[in-house]
Amino acid sequence: MISFFPAEPKVNFMGMRMWTYIISLALAAFAVIIFVFRGFNMGIDFTGGTLIQIHLENDADISRVRAAAAAAGLYNPEIQNFGEKHEFVIKYRESREPEEVVTAMERTLGSGVRMDRNEKVGPRIGAELRQQAILALAAGLLLMMVYIWIRFNFWFGLAAMLALFHDVTITMGIYAALGLEVTSSTIAAVLTIVGYSINDSIVISDRIRELMKNEEESQMDFKKMFKLYNLAINSTLSRTSITGSTTLMVLVAILFLAGPMIFDFALALTIGIIIGTYSSIFVVAALVLDMKGHRKRKVGSAEPKKA
Amino acid sequence: MKTLRWKLLIVLGIFAWAGWLVYPTVVYYTQYYNLSPEAKAQVPRSKYEGLRKKALNLGLDLQGGMYLILEVDKSKLTPEEAKDASDRALEVIRNRIDQWGVSEPSFQKIGEDRIMVQLPGVMDREKARALLGRTAMLEFKLLADDKTTSDLLDRIDRRVSALERGIPLGAETPAETSATAVPDTGAKKPPADTTASAVPDTGKKEPAVAETTAVPPESLAFTDTTGATSDKPFLSMIGIVGNDMAVPEDNVDSVTKLLARPEIAEAIPKGYYFAWGKTEEAGARKFRRLYLLHQEVELTGGYVTDAKVTVGQGSDPKLANKPVVLLYLNTQGAARFAQITGRNVNKRMAIILDGTVYSAPVIHERISGGSAQITGMESMDEAKELSVVLKSGALPAPVNVVEERSIGPTLGSDSIRGGMISLLIGFIIVILFMGIYYRAGGWVANLALLLNLWLMVAMLALFNATLTFPGLAGLILTVGMAVDANVLIFERMREEMRAGKSMRAAVEAGYHRSTITIIDSNLTTIIAALVLMKFGSGPIRGFAVVLTMGILASFFTAVSLTRIIFDYFVVVRGVKKLAI
Repeated sequence: MISFFPAEPKVNFMGMRMWTYIISLALAAFAVIIFVFRGFNMGIDFTGGTLIQIHLENDADISRVRAAAAAAGLYNPEIQNFGEKHEFVIKYRESREPEEVVTAMERTLGSGVRMDRNEKVGPRIGAELRQQAILALAAGLLLMMVYIWIRFNFWFGLAAMLALFHDVTITMGIYAALGLEVTSSTIAAVLTIVGYSINDSIVISDRIRELMKNEEESQMDFKKMFKLYNLAINSTLSRTSITGSTTLMVLVAILFLAGPMIFDFALALTIGIIIGTYSSIFVVAALVLDMKGHRKRKVGSAEPKKA
Repeated sequence: MKTLRWKLLIVLGIFAWAGWLVYPTVVYYTQYYNLSPEAKAQVPRSKYEGLRKKALNLGLDLQGGMYLILEVDKSKLTPEEAKDASDRALEVIRNRIDQWGVSEPSFQKIGEDRIMVQLPGVMDREKARALLGRTAMLEFKLLADDKTTSDLLDRIDRRVSALERGIPLGAETPAETSATAVPDTGAKKPPADTTASAVPDTGKKEPAVAETTAVPPESLAFTDTTGATSDKPFLSMIGIVGNDMAVPEDNVDSVTKLLARPEIAEAIPKGYYFAWGKTEEAGARKFRRLYLLHQEVELTGGYVTDAKVTVGQGSDPKLANKPVVLLYLNTQGAARFAQITGRNVNKRMAIILDGTVYSAPVIHERISGGSAQITGMESMDEAKELSVVLKSGALPAPVNVVEERSIGPTLGSDSIRGGMISLLIGFIIVILFMGIYYRAGGWVANLALLLNLWLMVAMLALFNATLTFPGLAGLILTVGMAVDANVLIFERMREEMRAGKSMRAAVEAGYHRSTITIIDSNLTTIIAALVLMKFGSGPIRGFAVVLTMGILASFFTAVSLTRIIFDYFVVVRGVKKLAI
């Protein structure tokens, strides 16, 4: 039998929770700074505009494509290399027909420009999609919260909620830092991450609840909670890590093999699942311990040095 | 033991059924999907269509095609008309697309005034837009008589020059009655623009095109537009072609703006309005005719039963070898048309499509055959599109394309290939990992994983769902996430065995203790997926559907199915130790 983890790992997760908070708060602060100073690279789904993907017969430098776009009369278009050296994505705000733009660019680039994709979103639809995305995120988070609330106690619900905001903020921060495009599918990725992260937290919470069954609630002091939470996280650690790993394995397969059309989506999922797994292990129980256990602290003694 | 046998039978039954559901998909995509059109034609149609209908649908992002959201502009409709405008618009659009011949189009009303149209395999954007976006409101209206027109032009001119000199309009009014000399657009009567159709009574034979007109281009008499400050500021922007006012393309905007000014607009007599013709070319110059029309609609396209494209004959340069659309009216329409033409002999009738005058022939005689013709199209293609839209009827209101996404077939097949390769590789990595880490238990989980995929595709085919690229990613993601249930169970079993329990007790406890956690945790992903189904657009919804099915399927395969296998080994075969 292979096992990557000792039969009963004894990591003092609760003991290192100050470090956890520092790391998490630093990451979240970094994300907020990025939001404020750099902002998101909003896709045309949300801004309105036109996107065309062109396939050139020969490889071309992005500067040549940029020159061709300028010659075609596009004002400040956004041009990106897309996967291969002869694939480019061009985004522009003018209300010009894609065919016309491609024909005009062909004059500068020479023949052999094929349009492979085109998306056109009216400004009103853009605003609506933006609204829908916010609504979807809000509804998703709210429903999860209600679910946890019903399923677990108040403190776990609150902690899981905070962890979710933490996951979403940090993931989006990294997303913004990398300059990845925010589209409708990013929202899908974020909601999937949220579902996944909650899933992890539930497994741990379930275990805590199971362990609590044998204890008298009135006997629960800070010290006991500290030990018990550590035990619950440790005994579910291999499950959390293995599921996280298999999920990451397939995501990496998508990242490298599925092509540029889905790359950003897969990357968002990858980042989010790493962050979500981290928060489930390190953040949720720690928050509960501090929020709930705080009131019991006077009953118990000082924080134990070892689990 | 007996119950185990029953369970096994039920499970086998489910997978046999799933196989039956998956079979058409496998056959269709391995044998028929990539066939050339010629090879496809060899396959019996019923067999091919039958397979395709039962096979899993591919989204537009995987097979290529167009996705459009149209918005019905109800701003000009009365509340009564607006009520079912979207439904009627959808029917008209469906008709047009059907006549065009797109295979497997789909239409859906979204909310109150939007229509979603999906056209798999279509890449001819311009044609699609021409067919979908055109209101095709066909109207017949009478032209104002020459006197009314020239009087009005005169009046407008005086108002314009008064405006330019800054004289208040009131001061200028008295002069209005004393008509000054105006270039008389109507007085000289060259052979009129006469393309009215004198039609044989059957209404099915092609109407003999009456004769001709049109002033040769060289006689285009545009007044010098640079001298716009003359005493005829308005007319100086307008020229004359034949019997009509003609505005050079460059002046169209300023004339339109001028006519829209309240001071000018109020000079137009009640019941009349100006309408533009199509852009025409005369040598190097482009111009549009301007018509003064009666507002009253004499006849609409609602009476059209059929529309055909022919090539015009005769010596008239406007007709010879030019595309012509012949319209056939129903009995009621024919009767009205006869009545109208009978009452208005020697007047001119404008044929207006979506507000633009296509032609304005003189009515020579009462036309009783129930057919009319439209000229003025630039190409045969345009005439064909026009005949399609006229046959399908007019949209109850204009529609605008507010969102459009089209994907070429190359990109779609690249996505399929990329998706399939990553699915395969991802699957192999996960299987190897599980097999090595959990050994026998891992292979049981792997079997469950394989059947999970099997079941997912079956469910997608059963519910006629559409597989999009994000959906394909969801399928791959499920491979990674679906093992979670087994990981939970196996880890629990390991713990129980470490605690000294027997294999049988460990299996029992592993499943018992994990089930509630599995349900709990999977529900959150289902919640996320349901939200996406509600708010997401096409491809995203595809992802959410796949994710949900993956979870449901994994619950069955990873929990029920693996339990049967474990029970078989542990309970029936009495295995004391199983590597997990």
